[in-house]
Amino acid sequence: MNKDFLIKYIYGIADNALILGQRLGELTGHGPTLEVDIATTNISLDLFGQVRSYFQYAAQLSEKEITEDDIAFLRTEREYLNVLLVEQPNRDFAFVIGRQFLFDHFHFLLLTEMQKSHDQTLVAIAKKSLKEVSYHKRFSSDWIKRLGDGTEESKQKIQTAIDDLWRFTDELFHLTEDDKKAVEEGIGVDVSKLKETYYKNVAEILEEATLEVPELKYFQEGGKKGIHSEHMGYLLTDMQYMQRTYPGMKW
Amino acid sequence: MSEKEVKNLEEIFEAKIARDEKIEPKDWMPEKYRKTHIRQMSQHAHSEIVGMLPEGNWITRAPSLRRKVALLAKVQDEAGHGLYLYSATETLGISRDEMFEQLHSGKAKYSSIFNYPTITWADIGAIGWLVDGAAIINQVPLCNTSFGPYARAMVRVCKEESFHQRQGYEIMLTLCNGTEEQKQMAQDALNRWWWPSLMMLGPTDDASTHTEQSMKWKLKRKTNDELRQQFIDQTVPQADILGITVPDEDLKWNEETGHYDFGKIDWDEFWQVVKGHGPCNKERMQTRVNAWENGQWVRDAAMAHADKQADKKVKQAV
Amino acid sequence: MSDNKKNKKEWPLFEVFVRSKNGLEHRHFGSLHAADAEMALENARDVYTRRNEGVSIWVVEAKNIKASNPDENGEMFEPASDKVYRHPTFYDLPDEVKHM
Ligand SMILES: [Fe+2]
Ligand SMILES: [Fe+2]
Ligand SMILES: [Fe+2]
Repeated sequence: MNKDFLIKYIYGIADNALILGQRLGELTGHGPTLEVDIATTNISLDLFGQVRSYFQYAAQLSEKEITEDDIAFLRTEREYLNVLLVEQPNRDFAFVIGRQFLFDHFHFLLLTEMQKSHDQTLVAIAKKSLKEVSYHKRFSSDWIKRLGDGTEESKQKIQTAIDDLWRFTDELFHLTEDDKKAVEEGIGVDVSKLKETYYKNVAEILEEATLEVPELKYFQEGGKKGIHSEHMGYLLTDMQYMQRTYPGMKW
Repeated sequence: MSEKEVKNLEEIFEAKIARDEKIEPKDWMPEKYRKTHIRQMSQHAHSEIVGMLPEGNWITRAPSLRRKVALLAKVQDEAGHGLYLYSATETLGISRDEMFEQLHSGKAKYSSIFNYPTITWADIGAIGWLVDGAAIINQVPLCNTSFGPYARAMVRVCKEESFHQRQGYEIMLTLCNGTEEQKQMAQDALNRWWWPSLMMLGPTDDASTHTEQSMKWKLKRKTNDELRQQFIDQTVPQADILGITVPDEDLKWNEETGHYDFGKIDWDEFWQVVKGHGPCNKERMQTRVNAWENGQWVRDAAMAHADKQADKKVKQAV
Repeated sequence: MSDNKKNKKEWPLFEVFVRSKNGLEHRHFGSLHAADAEMALENARDVYTRRNEGVSIWVVEAKNIKASNPDENGEMFEPASDKVYRHPTFYDLPDEVKHM
């Protein structure tokens, strides 16, 4: 069987964790308190752990002799399949939390469904990751409430972040051709079916946080097809620096 | 309290320490003991969190996923160490905010080594190997220091430190077993980090103040020069295994003393950096201050939220 | 730093107690700052159980702990020191009596 669609399907999921983990890694040492610094680094570590499981599996599936690091560091920008949401920069703590919150709720639903996949490796990864992501969701949702129902300043900041990031949420529920194939094979999750629950869950928390649920007609997409925002190139330049500068070396 | 009574209390206090009993926060203690501990412990805490920055500089550029998670976990540990130490210091009646203020205003010091830049990946290896290595030598004796909260924090810190040095050395080993370019990168890092690491163990004994007092209170077990010698003796053979050269022409094994002889340390450089004129002093401070100031609204929001929640609970109860 | 910033409230201090595994008591692990108890629990999880050190966490705001005063240690604790009859070794039994 041609495993190419499956590899792409895995990239689609894993790249989200990779890029979000990378963004969170930028924050280490710069958090608003030591406690929060440690917490966001923990989330980053969870995500990179998941990335490694996915990429090790993808490397196994590949016909080429490749490693997790080749996959993580040596693709071109067009070959990264993460959603636009996760590559958005750390403009301030409100954006960090907003991005995390909007992703975690999706991630949670995705992994919950992935536990039913016919691919046992993916089931195992989903089971393990789900525990981590349940905690991420709790962390980011709690912070949404704190910032939303905190001070005037924090309310305005987190509302701005949510309003701004909202346009990237629709893409979470799009299916690429490879995704569709994976769904047909009983391996992939039909994310389009998660949409309703997602917006309901997210709205509930936003309301509890006394925030407005944005109403938006126009959404942005592209990441899943490898068409990224301008931020992505810089992120990759950083991330790939060593592998690009010193090709073929072991570290 | 009369002078005589204080004197009497001090004698009882010193005898307690001499018997290896611990001092706990609420016990009576001489003012000087409290002040010295606040100073040393908060300096130590500051060093941990400023120390996150040079290594944090490479998190986004770590060359492999394995290295990236190790580095993230290591830098995160340093945040934890800072946190344990700030908490332990708080038991002496100073708040973390006050300590931060002292750091940000330049009143408090932190380890000078973190004012050097990390300019290649090999620096991450060198820091783990040399800087954490020197830190461990400084810190292990503190697990038995006289002030209980400090000693307990240090036990936890030392336990966690054990992987830091190993991951650093492993990075160096990988580089030294790699290409010529990688080996040169490792050598270059050793060249730049060697002397600052030696300085990390503190000024020479004759230039060092309050050593005697520190010995009595078990803030120190060995003198700076003894610690430095210990560091050199254990590190030089490790450099030999890596196949790179310690940048000291006078470095030589001395059969008679059973130690390495080594060259002169440039103490002018040391004092220059201590006084704020190292390559990165300004950047490090600016980064810490930014993180703190940018976090103000976040901390305020969480506090405001907590107060609102508490109010709600009270109202519900009524 | 402006005065207005200085007046802001610091997150209160919490003490953290962790049960390392079932069957053991909760032990004092250290402290941390958090805005409320819920956050203190989460922070404690991230700070003190990163290496799998715990299965249960208690947090309590430090100001709610009433501590004995070491100046009163004489009256508090010394009276117990001569009550040797509370210890099994106080009672003489012949060696032949085993398991008691
Ligand atoms: Fe340290
Ligand atoms: Fe440390
Ligand atoms: Fe360390």
